Amino acid sequence: MRRIILLVLFCLVLPGSVLAVQPDEKLDDPALEARAKELSAEIRCVVCQSETIETSNAGMARDIRILIRERLAAGQDEDQIRDYLVSRYGDYILYRPPMKPSTWLLWFGPALVFVMGLAALLVYLRKRRPNQSATDQLSESEQRRLAQLVEEDRQS
Amino acid sequence: MTMLRRLLFVLPLLIFAAAAAFFVWGLDPDRDPGEIPSVLIDKPVPEFSLPPIRGSEPGESTSTGLSSADLSGQGITLVNVFASWCMPCRAEHPILTDLRRQEDIRLVGINYKDESEEALAWLDELGNPYDAIGADMEGDAGLEWGVSGVPETFFVDNEGIIRYRHVGPIHETELDDLILPILEELR
Amino acid sequence: MIPELGHFSLVLALVLAVVQGFVPFVGALRGDSRWMEVARPAALGQLGAIALAFAALTHAYVVSDFTLANVVENSHSAKPMLYKVTGVWGNHEGSMLLWVLMLALCGAGVAVFGRNLPATLKARVLSVQAWIALGFLSFTLLTSNPFERVANPPLDGNDLNPLLQDPGLAFHPPLLYLGYVGFSVAFSFAVAALLEGRVDAAWARWVRPWTLAAWCSLTGGIALGSWWAYYELGWGGWWFWDPVENVSFMPWLAGTALLHSAIVVEKRDTLKAWTILLAILTFSLSLMGTFIVRSGLLTSVHAFAVDPERGSYILGLMAIATGGSLALFAWRAPVLKAGGLFAPVSREGGLLLNNLLLATATATVLIGTLYPLFLEALTGGRVSIGPPFYNYTFVPLMLPLVAAMGIGPFLAWKRADLAGVLGRLRIAALLAVVVALATWYLQNGGPVLAVLAMGFAVWLLAATLIEWAERVRLFRIPLGDSWRRARGLPRSAYGMSLAHAGLAVCMIGMTGSSAWKSELVEAVERGDNLEIAGFTLTLQDVETRPGPNYRSTTGIFEVTRDGRSLGVLEPERRYYPVAGRNTTEAAIRTNGLGDLYATITEPPEEGQDWTARIYYEPLVPWIWAGAAMMMFGGLLSLADRRLRVGAPRRAARQNTRAPVAAE
Repeated sequence: MRRIILLVLFCLVLPGSVLAVQPDEKLDDPALEARAKELSAEIRCVVCQSETIETSNAGMARDIRILIRERLAAGQDEDQIRDYLVSRYGDYILYRPPMKPSTWLLWFGPALVFVMGLAALLVYLRKRRPNQSATDQLSESEQRRLAQLVEEDRQS
Repeated sequence: MTMLRRLLFVLPLLIFAAAAAFFVWGLDPDRDPGEIPSVLIDKPVPEFSLPPIRGSEPGESTSTGLSSADLSGQGITLVNVFASWCMPCRAEHPILTDLRRQEDIRLVGINYKDESEEALAWLDELGNPYDAIGADMEGDAGLEWGVSGVPETFFVDNEGIIRYRHVGPIHETELDDLILPILEELR
Repeated sequence: MIPELGHFSLVLALVLAVVQGFVPFVGALRGDSRWMEVARPAALGQLGAIALAFAALTHAYVVSDFTLANVVENSHSAKPMLYKVTGVWGNHEGSMLLWVLMLALCGAGVAVFGRNLPATLKARVLSVQAWIALGFLSFTLLTSNPFERVANPPLDGNDLNPLLQDPGLAFHPPLLYLGYVGFSVAFSFAVAALLEGRVDAAWARWVRPWTLAAWCSLTGGIALGSWWAYYELGWGGWWFWDPVENVSFMPWLAGTALLHSAIVVEKRDTLKAWTILLAILTFSLSLMGTFIVRSGLLTSVHAFAVDPERGSYILGLMAIATGGSLALFAWRAPVLKAGGLFAPVSREGGLLLNNLLLATATATVLIGTLYPLFLEALTGGRVSIGPPFYNYTFVPLMLPLVAAMGIGPFLAWKRADLAGVLGRLRIAALLAVVVALATWYLQNGGPVLAVLAMGFAVWLLAATLIEWAERVRLFRIPLGDSWRRARGLPRSAYGMSLAHAGLAVCMIGMTGSSAWKSELVEAVERGDNLEIAGFTLTLQDVETRPGPNYRSTTGIFEVTRDGRSLGVLEPERRYYPVAGRNTTEAAIRTNGLGDLYATITEPPEEGQDWTARIYYEPLVPWIWAGAAMMMFGGLLSLADRRLRVGAPRRAARQNTRAPVAAE
C-alpha cells in the first residue's frame, strides 16, 4: 500500500515536474508525430498507473515517449515497438490487451454473453408468441390461458 | 419445470459466488495491485553498456562502468538501481552495504538519471559498497531492465540469468524471510 | 460536545435500524398491523438521527474544529467556506455518512409516500431497507467513524486535496451516491416481492419512480464527474474507462435496463423474474462500486481511502445483500407467474432487445473491469484494459441499441407492423444517411465508426422528433389543434422523447470530440502566436496572482479569428502550499459547437518558455447538454409518475368515503 501512495505522490506532487507531452519531444514530421501520438495513447505508464504515457507526468513516461519517437524515426513500425516494450514490461504496458489464449475470454466474452442472451431471448419469444394460424393446435393449458385472456379483455 | 430452467435461476448466484471468490483473493493485504511482475525473470540480463560516473577517480569501482558482460560467470550478482535524489535509496543503503559485506555476493549499481557530482557526493557521504557502477544518465538501461521506479534490485545468478527482482527498497525486516532464502537458492 | 452528540445520534440511528429491520418484518409474517406500523416512525427517526449526525460533522468543518481527526486530515482554516462544507463528503468517513443519510432519506421517502402500498409489502420493503442501513451504519461506526478525536489537536489542518476543491467535484459525490443509494429502494422492493411471492403491475408502478429518480441522479453524477475530468485534469479527456468510472457506469446501464423492463411489467404483467433480477443486480453493482473504490482492489486514478480491511467489511455486506437476494431469487423467482403473450415484433419485443443490449453492455464493462483481477488470480499475469478494448466491444453494441431506440416507441404492444413503422421513418433514415455521407466527405473519410455513429445519432434524433410529430399530428391537422394535442401529451411521453433525444445529442458530442479533436503542444513566450482550427491565440502576458489558499500562474491568451478579437483565455496553473500540490485550471471558450481549450504549465526555471497546450474539441459541449436532457427527461417523467401514482389513491379515498355517505 505504501508504494501506491508513494506513486500517487510522485504523480501529483512534484512541483516543476515534467508534464505530459513536452514541445521538445515532438518529431518534425507531422505524419510520424501523429503515429507516435496514436501509439503513445495505448501505452500505459508504469509509474502513474491508470494513465497513458501520453498524459502522464512521470519521467519514465517521457522516456518511453522519446523511445517511441526515436524508433519510429529509425524506421521501426508500431508492432516492433510494442513487442520491445512488452519484452521489457510485459503485457501490462499495453492498454490494448494482446489476443492470446489467456485473453480470449476477454475479447470474445462480450460477444458470448450477447449470443447466449440472444438465444435465451429467442427461446423466450417463441414461448410467448401468440399462435396466429388456425391450423396450429393449442395445448390444453394454452387454451385455458386464452380463455382467461379473453375474459380479462372483456372485463377491462 | 425443466432442470435447465431451474439452472437459469441459480446462474446469477453462481456467477456472483465466483466473482466474490476473486474479490476475497484480491483483498489479501500482501497483494499489491500496482505491482508489475518483471518479465525478465529467468531470462538472461539485457544487453546494455554503461559508462562510469563522470569525474570518478581512476581505480575506484565507480570508474569502471557496467555492461552485460560483467554479469555472468561472476557468482551471484545483485544489480541495484539507485539515485542520489531517491529518498528510499538512502534508507536502503546501509542494508545493501551489510549484505555485500556479510554474504558471498557481488553488488553492482546502475546510477539512474543522476548528476555525476551529486552521485559521487552521495557515495562519499554514505560509503560505496558497489563493485562496479554504470551511469545511466538518460534512463536507457533502466528501460532495458524494465525498471518502473527507483530503487529496484535484480538478483543475477552465475550464468547471468535474472532470478528475482525486488521492487522498492530492501527493508531490514525482509532480509531473513525473503532475501537470504533467495540467495541460498541461487547458490 | 457536538461531535459526541453526532456520534451518539449515529448509534441511535443504528438502534432504530435494528428495530425497523425486525419488528415490521415479524409483523408482516404474523399479519400484525401494529408491528408493521412501527416501520414508519422508525424510518423517520432514523433519518432524523442521521441528519443530526451529518449536521454535527458539517458544523465541525464549518468552525474548523481541529480536535476531530477527520477535519484535521481534510480541511484547513483558510479553505473557502464552500469547500469546507463540501469537504464533509470529500473523504472516506464523511462520504459514508452521506451514504447512510441518503439511504435513510430513501427509507423515509418510502415510509411517507408509500401510504397506498399494501401493508405487508410496505413493511417488508422498509425492513429490507433497514437491513441495508444496518450494514452501512455499522460499517461507518466500526471502521470509519468520522467523529474520532485527536489527542493533541494541531493548529491547522492538512487541507483538502486541491483537485477536489472545485464546484464540479464538490457536487459530484452527492448526486452519485443518491443514484447508488436510490437503487436500494428498487432492490428492497424486489426482495420484498420475492418474500411475498407476488409481482404485479402495481409493484412495477411503485418501483418505477424510485428507479427513475435514482437514474436521474446517477446520470447527473456521472455527467458531472466527466465534466470535472474534462476541465480539471488538463488534457480535455472526459472518459477514461478507468475502473472507478466503470463501476459508476455499470449501475447506470443496468438501471436503464430496469427502467425499461419495469414498463413491461407495469403494462403487460410479464417479464417479472427478469425485472426482479435487474433490480437486484442494479443495486448490487452499486455496492460493488463502493467496494471497489474503497478496497483498493484495482489500481485507479481516483481511488481514495484504500484499505483492504474496510474492503472486507463491504465485501461481507455484499455477500449478505447480493448473495442473499440472489439465493432468494433462485428459490422464489421460478414461482412468479408469466403474464401476457406477444409477438416478437412488438413493443415488448423492442424493450426486450433493449434489455439484451444493455445487459450485454453491462457485462462488457464488468468483464473489462474485472478481467485484470481474474487473470492475476489465475495466472499471475497482468493485463491492462483501456479504451481500445471498449472501442471494439462496447461501442458496437451502442449502434444497434440506438437503431432500435429510434424504432421502439413506434411499435404497438402485443403485435406491431415493422414494415409500416420503417415506412414512417423514411425521412429519419434519409437524414441519417445524408449526415453520415456529409460527415464522411467533410472529414475526408474520417474514422468509419465515427461516421456511422453520427448517422445513427441523427437517426435517433429524427425518429424521436417524428414520433412526437405523429403524436400531435403535426401538419396533418391545423397547428392550433396540434398545439392542443402537444399540451395534452402526458409528461412521461415528453420525458421519454427528451431522454432519447438527449442520448442522441450526447452521442454526437462524444463522437465529435473523440474523432476530430485537434491538439497543439508548444513552448511559448510572450507575444507568440498559436494557430488551431482557424483560431489564433496570442500569449499576451503571464501573471502571478494570489488566491485564497493558493497562488496561480496565469497565462493571458487573446483569441482571434479572421483578425477579429473573440476575447481572452486565462488558463491557470495553481500551487496549493498547504497540500503542496499543483493543479491545472483549463480556460475554455465555447460557442456551442466546439470548445477551445487552453492550459499552461509554468517553466521549469525562471525565464524559460512556458508550455501551452491548446485543444479544439468539436461538439464536446453536446455531451453534457445531452446528459442534462436525459436527466431532465427523467425528472419530467417523474413529475408525471407522481400524478399517476396519486390517482389510485384518490380513487381509493372516494371509495372509502362512499360507504360513509351511505350510512
